Amino acid sequence: MVRHSEFTPSGDARSALAEPEPLGVRGHAMRTAQLSAWYGAQQAIDGISLPIAPNRITAIIGPSGCGKSTFIRCLNRMHEVTPGSPRVNGHVYLDEQEIYAPGVDPVRVRRLIGMVFQKPNPFPAMSIADNVVAGWRLVGGYRQKNLDEVVERCLREAALWDEVKDKLHQSGASLSGGQQQRLCIARALAVEPEVLLMDEPCSALDPVATFKIEDLMLRLKERYTIAIVTHNMQQAARISDYTAFLLAGDDRVGRLVEYGPTSEVFTNPRDRRAEDYITGRFG
Amino acid sequence: MNLLQPDASLRRRQALDRLFVALLVASAASGVVVLLLVLGYVIWRGAPALNPAFFTQRPLPYGEPGGGVAPAILGTLTMLAVASAIGIPIGIGAAVYLSEYGRGSFANVVRFVIDLLAGLPSIVVGVFVWALVVRQLVGNYSGIAGAVALAIIMIPIVTRTVEEILHLVPTTLREASLALGVPRWRTILFVVLPTARAGIITGVVLSLARAGGETAPLLLTALGNQFFSFDLTQPMAALPVQIYNYAVSPYEDWHTKAWGSALVLIGVIGTLSLVTRLAARGRTGR
Repeated sequence: MVRHSEFTPSGDARSALAEPEPLGVRGHAMRTAQLSAWYGAQQAIDGISLPIAPNRITAIIGPSGCGKSTFIRCLNRMHEVTPGSPRVNGHVYLDEQEIYAPGVDPVRVRRLIGMVFQKPNPFPAMSIADNVVAGWRLVGGYRQKNLDEVVERCLREAALWDEVKDKLHQSGASLSGGQQQRLCIARALAVEPEVLLMDEPCSALDPVATFKIEDLMLRLKERYTIAIVTHNMQQAARISDYTAFLLAGDDRVGRLVEYGPTSEVFTNPRDRRAEDYITGRFG
Repeated sequence: MNLLQPDASLRRRQALDRLFVALLVASAASGVVVLLLVLGYVIWRGAPALNPAFFTQRPLPYGEPGGGVAPAILGTLTMLAVASAIGIPIGIGAAVYLSEYGRGSFANVVRFVIDLLAGLPSIVVGVFVWALVVRQLVGNYSGIAGAVALAIIMIPIVTRTVEEILHLVPTTLREASLALGVPRWRTILFVVLPTARAGIITGVVLSLARAGGETAPLLLTALGNQFFSFDLTQPMAALPVQIYNYAVSPYEDWHTKAWGSALVLIGVIGTLSLVTRLAARGRTGR
């Protein structure tokens, strides 16, 4: 863990953890340094140092069990609420501010760094509209008059508005899988995060729904910094600007094997194992 | 040769299949039959006792015609209300602790103790509350003592059913809420509990039904009362106690009244369950 003196913001560096800027100004960078994580005694990832560029899509690929999901869950401190004695060591920075520093509120971190999960998880007891503004309602202290506006803006951003505008008060569970996932994206956008983490957001969806979400991500990166975990290498190649390849050795501990601009990683990987994986020789 | 030709082993399998399905249907049906028999018999014996006075008047001494069990109905409802006010929040609170925070040895001890409490004979609860509340705190048989005894009976039922239900709420929903930057206590209060609402209601209804039918602890705590009384510090009437008092009497007329009271008790608990469920549905249905 860093000491306080090491993350004093420099003159022009804005402190995202102190005061969020209005939406859509400029994306924020993230970076991990020597990040390791455990579940109980089992280490899941080891010493991962990775930049996540602002206003770009960074794809994290690798075979099952390589620690992709663990890694991305460490980026907004969701790892520590996973069952099974989770533990983290190393550093994660948002705009060069340590998110694991003592005194940093994990609730605040998650507010700034949103997450979309593998399985669409709308709140079943809430309507579509309530799902979108769930982040505001659940936290409380919102101004009622803005919420209808937020619902429409976020559903439009998530390319779902036209499909649901006539049934905003029906349950979110009545939507198809792809619509539910876009509802979850709208919900994540509604709290105005700076960074959007996506943990295999399309793995439960059909190709049409997948296409819609990929299209959406390409538009969202103008305003947000995005990191996506994916099983699907074509997806990584289609949408990401940078690609990181994780691989677990015989000890079942995931390590960073390759990182670079997506075009380079896919056409000219430096690491032999990454090349084997990308060309389909295994995985 | 016909590959699909039925052979002896197939016929035996089909016969066995039918036999076991029949056994399962018989098991399922016997539960229904027992309930219908009990209900039918109570209605047959108790219906003659029912008339408007039975629901509105107080019990009269033997020999006087008429009279009813109104104090017992009101006493049961009063004590159930007070017991619910004590037992349901504690039960749900304990369940939330066990489900959302309960790891390690303390939680296991709590779980074990709650199971013991659920298995505790109700007469033991009655003796305990008699010693503590009747003898020490209040000084006489009282409605509040009865309510405390009923609350002690309700707590483990609510805790165990609600804990099981909360475990069924998908972890993904808790994660969805936490990832939106919602604090944990708000996640539990506004995501986990509303999602589990139907199951929580079931636990509450079960505990109400169980407590509403308890007799032994009330004999030692609320005692019973032949008059209308809403004073929680005084003896209070209750339907199970009324049934007991009528049933152990030597008079044929009171035996009929005991059956009538039993029928009323079934009705009261049935109505209570129905109202609770409807009220819960009314709040979600929109």
